[in-house]
Amino acid sequence: MSTYSLSDGRASGAPRLSRAPLLAHWFLESGPGILASAAWMIFGLSCLWWEDVGDWSRTHSLGIAAFVIAAVALFGTVSADYLGSAGRALRQRAPWLIALGAFLTLWEVATAKFAWLPLPFFPPPQSIIEVYTDDLPKLLDSVFASVRLQLGGYLIGAAAGFLTGVSIGWSRAVGYWVHPVLRFIGPLPATAWLPIAFFTFPSSWSASTFLIALATGFPVTVLTWSGVASVSTAYYDVARTLGAKPSFLVLKVAIPAALPHVFVGLFMGLGASFAVLVVAEMIGVKAGLGWYLQWAQGWAAYANMYAALIVMSLLCSGAITLLFAIRDRLLVWQKGTVKW
Amino acid sequence: MVAAAALAEVPGHSAAGAALDIEQVSHAFDIDGAELPVLTEVSIAVEPGEFVALLGPSGCGKSTLLRLVAGLDKPQSGSLREDEIRITRPHPSRVVVFQDPTLFPWRTVWDNVALGLEAQGILTSQRHRVDAALDLVGLSDFRTAYPHQLSGGMAQRVALARALVNDPKILILDEPLGKLDSLTRITMQAELVSLWQRKGFTTLLVTHDAEEALVLANRVVVFSERPARVKADIRVDRPYPRHRGDPYLADLRRQILGLLGLDATW
Repeated sequence: MSTYSLSDGRASGAPRLSRAPLLAHWFLESGPGILASAAWMIFGLSCLWWEDVGDWSRTHSLGIAAFVIAAVALFGTVSADYLGSAGRALRQRAPWLIALGAFLTLWEVATAKFAWLPLPFFPPPQSIIEVYTDDLPKLLDSVFASVRLQLGGYLIGAAAGFLTGVSIGWSRAVGYWVHPVLRFIGPLPATAWLPIAFFTFPSSWSASTFLIALATGFPVTVLTWSGVASVSTAYYDVARTLGAKPSFLVLKVAIPAALPHVFVGLFMGLGASFAVLVVAEMIGVKAGLGWYLQWAQGWAAYANMYAALIVMSLLCSGAITLLFAIRDRLLVWQKGTVKW
Repeated sequence: MVAAAALAEVPGHSAAGAALDIEQVSHAFDIDGAELPVLTEVSIAVEPGEFVALLGPSGCGKSTLLRLVAGLDKPQSGSLREDEIRITRPHPSRVVVFQDPTLFPWRTVWDNVALGLEAQGILTSQRHRVDAALDLVGLSDFRTAYPHQLSGGMAQRVALARALVNDPKILILDEPLGKLDSLTRITMQAELVSLWQRKGFTTLLVTHDAEEALVLANRVVVFSERPARVKADIRVDRPYPRHRGDPYLADLRRQILGLLGLDATW
């Protein structure tokens, strides 16, 4: 609408015109961070302002921690330009920090302060913190037991599945014998074996390892097999004319070409094995996070259940992150892979 | 080309072409129990170091003949011999460059070129040959690139380097330039001729482009429709580099298109 010339702007409008956009720009950049700081301050206030309806020992510490986080967020936002990548990371995550602060405030008020949600079943945040500080040794033992069981079973299952898949994909004779067995046993949920496994194996630990390996092995086998089977014959032709022996064709052509499929199988196997792990721990093994959940339920210790669930989710997510990191490293040659 | 003498300078490198005898070769495919003949009594004798183009309508069985020469398939009857030795299986002395570069996407350019030496178990002592072959096709700067980062022409050059690194006595080209754009194609035709002249390997080129055959080859063998028979065996006695506009070649081209039943369209 209005046009203004350069000289116009320089004469009178310049100081006003340049400051206002600058301020707007600053607010756009830093606004979320400041709001996030405010949200956490409100959360801290909500912890300290009202009396708790129950008896929780960490309310005060939680409130202080919330204020510390608010202060860090504020400082980080104001000086983001000098903090490099950490400052950028904070800016990028500020909207999530707002949401988290608001959610925690709501949770705090709805449970510890006014008990809008029925109490033993919906523990306030401070009682979960209490679990992490007071029941740490037991929780850590459980984490350790779960990781050990999961890792052992998963590695065995993945290795067995990979070898079986390559053998079926490569050799017609192996395929003839293994394929029907695979079709018969594979689709059966591994948990269906639980009762049998627990009395045929010498210990519940070995039985659980077997079940986790079974749950992992099936998808890994099928996808490795389909990966090997779908390798273009042109690759084999090229390698053969260059003097490749059968072992070279398997190790250096079939397997690398099938690797993208193998990782899909490893990913699916990981998901399936988590389910078996938890069930096996709840029913048979007297250790691990699944057992901890079961134990906490028995004592109606609901805060402990939530605390264990959070840890479990972090562990599972971490395992998948690790798998994707390995995949990204091994499959750098692929373009357009999904980022986890 | 700057890297012209790169391979020749490598010590112990003495590639010369091999003779190839294709005698009374017939072949058929089995498609759902029905026999589909693709080659009938094909006989071609190729001298060491010759550049022979196999020309024919698409789908006539030229590529099948190349697979037999490479040793990837066995003929139903007749025999193929390389320097009097019967061809029964693939051997790195006869290397194929296919229509698609078929580079291994999980290997870098360097590792792709190294494939043959690695498969034969001699890579550790012969790494310099990979570098020389990459130099030869002018792709030394791309040794760490992955195939998806290359253009079509570059990928086909890598495929060529992957073949040449083995010092083939017979280079088998299955329409290697068929999918390239016309400019890249002309450049690579010139490169092929200079490589062949320098190295002296016997070359067998399948193509359905009469002009390409005439610009590149000593001899053009024209095939009939499937099942392929040899329809004509034409010697192209012109010095290199050849010109596309050469009236002698234009005349031959008209003859060849006539043999293929396309004279009216030209």
